[in-house]
Amino acid sequence: MLYRENGQFKTTYRADQQIFPITQDRVAIGLMLAFAFIAVPLMASDYLYASILIPLVIMSLAAIGVNILVGYCGQISLGSGAFMAVGAYGAYNFFVRIPGMPLIPTLILGGLCAMSFGILFGLPSLRVKGLYLAVATLAAQFFSDWMFLRIKWLTNDSASGSVSVTQLQVFGLPIQSPVSKYLFCLAVLVIVALLAKNLVRGAIGREWMAIRDMDVAAAVIGIRPMYAKLSAFAVSSFIIGMAGALWAFVHLGSWEPAAFSVEISFRLLFMVIIGGLGSIMGGFFGAAFIVVLPIALNRFLPAFMSLFGIEISTAGVSHAELMIFGGLIVWFLIVEPHGLARLWSMAKQKLRLWPFPH
Amino acid sequence: MKLSKLVVAAAVVAAGAASLSTSAFAQAKEQFFPLLSYRTGPYAPNGTPWANGKQDYIKMVNARDGGVNGVKLTFEECETGYATDRGVECYERLKNKPGVALIDPQATGITFALTEKVPVDKIPLITLGYGLSVAQDGMAFKWNFPLMGSYWTGADILVQHIGKSAGGLDKLKGKKIALVYHDSPFGKEPIPLLQERARMHGFELQLLPVTAPGVEQKATWLQVRQSRPDYVMLWGWGVMNSTALKEAQATGFPRDKLYGVWWAGAEPDVRDVGDGAKGYQALALNGSGTESKVIQDILKNVHDKGQGTGAKDEVGSVLYTRGVIIQMLSIEAVRRAQERFGKGKVMTGEQVRWGMENLSLDQKKLDALGFSGVMRPVSTSCADHMGSTWARVQTWDGKKWSMTSDWYQSDDQIIKPLVKAGADKYLADKKLTRRTAADCQS
Repeated sequence: MLYRENGQFKTTYRADQQIFPITQDRVAIGLMLAFAFIAVPLMASDYLYASILIPLVIMSLAAIGVNILVGYCGQISLGSGAFMAVGAYGAYNFFVRIPGMPLIPTLILGGLCAMSFGILFGLPSLRVKGLYLAVATLAAQFFSDWMFLRIKWLTNDSASGSVSVTQLQVFGLPIQSPVSKYLFCLAVLVIVALLAKNLVRGAIGREWMAIRDMDVAAAVIGIRPMYAKLSAFAVSSFIIGMAGALWAFVHLGSWEPAAFSVEISFRLLFMVIIGGLGSIMGGFFGAAFIVVLPIALNRFLPAFMSLFGIEISTAGVSHAELMIFGGLIVWFLIVEPHGLARLWSMAKQKLRLWPFPH
Repeated sequence: MKLSKLVVAAAVVAAGAASLSTSAFAQAKEQFFPLLSYRTGPYAPNGTPWANGKQDYIKMVNARDGGVNGVKLTFEECETGYATDRGVECYERLKNKPGVALIDPQATGITFALTEKVPVDKIPLITLGYGLSVAQDGMAFKWNFPLMGSYWTGADILVQHIGKSAGGLDKLKGKKIALVYHDSPFGKEPIPLLQERARMHGFELQLLPVTAPGVEQKATWLQVRQSRPDYVMLWGWGVMNSTALKEAQATGFPRDKLYGVWWAGAEPDVRDVGDGAKGYQALALNGSGTESKVIQDILKNVHDKGQGTGAKDEVGSVLYTRGVIIQMLSIEAVRRAQERFGKGKVMTGEQVRWGMENLSLDQKKLDALGFSGVMRPVSTSCADHMGSTWARVQTWDGKKWSMTSDWYQSDDQIIKPLVKAGADKYLADKKLTRRTAADCQS
């Protein structure tokens, strides 16, 4: 009843082609944006920003990027951490070498660096697929680890290999306080998410999905596999690169290559698998799951155990966190292989029939 | 099924609410120490005794003296797993607790990230024997305290010791010294100083990086075997150290030509290698063993009452004692701050920073605190945030570490210009200015 499309007629192609054709969806998204942009800054504490909201927003952005490649185009990649690193160090080099470089062009240039790196390491996708491609993209990861540890020029000859940026500003407004950092990342996320959503709805997105579903058939109907695969690598690594630059510039402030290790590639892959392959919404769900759950467990497990009179050490919490996390991932893969986004769309489907399910 | 889910959910919410409310009530006279630690991951064997030492010393001061002039000391531990982003999360979580005194991040990567944050939050950052070497310059780094030594002083002392054992620094000419280092900011920090020393004495410095965490070193030691360096310096942490010693044994590199930094000279590094590490020498920032009065006090006041953290037989080990020293210096900084800002009061981060900057622990005070034979006197100032650069060399005899050299002090003539230049570059990069002399009184 609440979620009924009856009576919402579309009389123009424009109306039919909207991102959210149902009124309730538009209202809900509007409310969510208002909540994120207005209500959250009024309520959140500094801790919430620095430890949960900002990482969550940036990781959602990265997950959208990974989802384009893995979820929409079916090219499994384990090199996401490398694309983030290239974005971060690329942006860093533009930022420190060009005096007075503004932040937004820096981010975009960082994204472009990651894009060319992504295309380069996407080339094997023209020959190999599936697990073999995943292993080939691992090369990107190890190459970037090597590159940022060894080539001193890339880290501006920093003796320790650790670099940092300060005094970020956008249009003269300083990006120093947690609120401003959060709002800035959120704005980037909303813009990129909208663009990505439109891309995957359009011709190019359909090409990606055709390649994902059956590349031979796609080639037969006239889709150029090379163009489709490399454009997926390009768009995906551009977005991941921007996320990497934000992670380094806004979240960490000072970082070393270890911040973008192979572990982060795996975390991003888990995010899209748990969130939902082939869904922009899934990126947000997956990022929320992976970012928030460990911290929540870390904070509430000791309190929860103390209810039963058990004192749990910090090491114990840390081990329990890993076990519960692993268990949940396995559980998700068995119970809902299409991820949280699928649960979301099932809930919508049920609301449509409510209160008369059949 | 439904009911049980509900019960679990309610219990979780109640637990959360309970933990929040207890922290809200506990605002009495308490000085709070956030303890970042890692008891899991590849660095856990070394991180654990270090963290235990810190906790036990706090417990001991509370039990023996009732805190500092009546101010009780509290702590909360947060597991970082040595990961920078988790460390930053821990810092953000604990920094707003009432009575927070200072922070010791226990990892170089986290130190780099927090160096940007502590000036904003006004919390002193202490990094004993590690961290940012240029932060010795207190006029540039108001909130960083690399107490008792940095990677540069460590590297400098190692070169001095190698020179001495070769029969004089001039004998190093034409020799080849390899640095086997952890490929991270931790391992790379000493390189500028070693290059400076290599230029001065004419030895060849060979850089051999080991990818973190350091369990894979076959290629590195193959290079050692090929190039046959006269000496190898080991700049490792955690599992990397014992692996390096095993590889040295397998390669046949003489262990008495292998020198570790003070982060490669504790029991967990050599215990598994046993006799294979015989003759291996490493820097000692602090003494170890259970003879000193402070360790006896900890055993009596904490462990004998069954309140100790960790295993009792680990008390007094090298890293445990280092943890104790770090916590002692932190608490003495609080005590010093109380002398100026009011005894029996809870100090703010800014006040503790002043205390940290005006530490003067001479031998008499150290003896009174029970630290005789454990460490040398420390005296900090506004310009010198290190306080002491002394270290000894210890040798592993297959069973235990024993001190085998006199105290060395790093050469100021080399370190000072490097620190000054590095600090100036940092300030220029960040568009900051040096503190004025007037700022020292604040």
